[in-house]
Order: sequence, then structure tokens, then C-alpha cells
Amino acid sequence: MGIVVVDVMLKSEILDPQGKAVAGALPRLGFHQFIDVRQGKRFVLTVEGEVTEQVLAAAREAAETMLSNPVIEDVVAVRAVPQAEESQA
Amino acid sequence: MRIGVVTFPGSLDDHDAQRAVRVAGGEPVSLWHGDDSLRDVDAVVLPGGFSYGDYLRAGAIARFAPVMSALIPAARGGLPVLGICNGFQILCESHLLVGAMIQNDHRTFICREQRLRVENSGTAWTSDFAQDEEITIVLKNQDGQYVADQHTLDQLEGEGRVAFRYVVHGSQTPAGAKYDRFADRNPNGSYRDIAGVTNERGNVVGLMPHPEHAIEQGYGPSLDGLKFFTSVLKSVVNA
Repeated sequence: MGIVVVDVMLKSEILDPQGKAVAGALPRLGFHQFIDVRQGKRFVLTVEGEVTEQVLAAAREAAETMLSNPVIEDVVAVRAVPQAEESQA
Repeated sequence: MRIGVVTFPGSLDDHDAQRAVRVAGGEPVSLWHGDDSLRDVDAVVLPGGFSYGDYLRAGAIARFAPVMSALIPAARGGLPVLGICNGFQILCESHLLVGAMIQNDHRTFICREQRLRVENSGTAWTSDFAQDEEITIVLKNQDGQYVADQHTLDQLEGEGRVAFRYVVHGSQTPAGAKYDRFADRNPNGSYRDIAGVTNERGNVVGLMPHPEHAIEQGYGPSLDGLKFFTSVLKSVVNA
């Protein structure tokens, strides 16, 4: 099986309420060095067989049409994950 | 006049929307998300709720439901469509309306009676209002913050496509009134206080607050919501 990872982030000019909540809580645990937190989404897409150029192209299309909303989000990465990394994907 | 109301998995206010259509004098027609037919209705309401659990993004999965493949071209062709709350989110995800909805900036769910100003009384769903009329209906949402880039916002304002704006009274809660945490700001962080928008043609309208909960004496803060439904019945007759 092959795996494609898609990472989506809110555009930098859009306020991220979830990231803000996390940023507000970190100092309570003693983490004072992080002045900002932004939270994104990772999609792990599994296919039968290898990740070909065609599979990557389809993943990019899915990322642009459904997995992200171009008005508020950017697709920051669409990449095949090597076999050895699969378990960590 | 047959007004369709779509039910998605997770829709909550579809029955109230049907009731509002009936009270206004129309015939409500139940439409199903998995059906690609609009059953010859004269207009469609996309109701509030949490379609598909709001997973991915609010409205993002509903936007690809079979019924939307019939609705999107019909709306582009002029069919009147009203999206309320989750319905507004679905219309944004479908790109029938510009902009997008994200989580309220204060990160809490809100449920309150909300004052709005009707900024465009020329749409299919607002013609029974006076221009700049102020109305009070229910607002209840988690992902109610309307966002768009500056260029899009300028364009919306320039073309009169902001349909509704939240009325912000000022920093003081009026004497005798209950404390209002949103006295000096809009209740979800929406850019430029935008509560609802319309498309260029004025047949598609989306708004965050709920007109269908303000149509009957004794229920809700006013009867202001009824005018949405009487407006569209007239626009259908005149079409």
C-alpha cells in the first residue's frame, strides 16, 4: 500500500481560534517560549499499490477541491510517504 | 408556491423552516440530500444544523451531496435559494456565495436574540423589508465568523451585496437592559459586521441568524423572520 500525506493550513491572514486557545494554555504548563500557535490539518490517504504520479495528481486535485477551502486555507504539502515512514504517517 | 427544504444528515432546523414556509402561505416540500431531484420546487431553503457533523469544515461535505448537483446549476440559473446558518456555510463552500465561515473568534457557542440591519431589500428573500430596517431574530452558532479577503469585502460593499449586518450598539449596555457581552462588537467576529450576503443576481441569500425561529407569536423574539418567506413567495409570483 502507498500513502499520500496532505497538509492544510489556515491562511496566515485568517485568525485561528483553535491555535489561539492552544497558545493561551501552553504558558500554564510552563511553556513560555511559544509566542504564537497555528493549528492545521493532516490527511493521510492510502492507495492500493504504489504512489504514482497519477495518484499524486489525484491527491492534489482532491486537496484543492474538497480537503481545503481556497478562500481560507492553503494546501502546504502533498507528498508520498516512503514505506519506512508509513507507520509514523 | 412550492418551497423545497433540504434535509442533510445532521440538519436540525428543516422542520422549522418547513413550518415557516407554511405559515407564510407556501407549500413546503421536503427534499432529501441523497436525491438529485429538486421536485420542481419554486425556491429552496438550506436549513441550519450540523450537516455531516461539521466534519472537515462546516458545510464542506454537504456541498458534494447529490441534491447539490441539481441545486447549484439551478441557483446559477436564478432559482431563489436561502441558506440559513449551516445552509449559509454550504452556500459558501459551494461558491454560490463568496467568502467563508470559520469558528467564532471568542471560541464559544452563542445563542442569543440578535439585532440586524437589512442592507439590501432588493433580493428575492428581502423585498418585504424596508431598506435599512432593523430586525431581531435568533442567532445560534459555533462557526459563525464570516471572513473574506479585503478585495472581496470591498467588492461586496461596492455592489450592495452585504444583505445583513449585525447592529452593534456601542460600548455600554443600555440602562435597565441585561448585561450584553456583545454590546460593543459583533457576536462572532465577522469581518465588517457582515451577517448575510447575496449573489450578484440577488436570488441566492445566506445569513447566519435564523429567520425561521421568528415567525409565530409566543415563539422567538419577533415575527420579523416571516418576511423572508413572504418575500420569496412574491418574487416567485412576479418571476
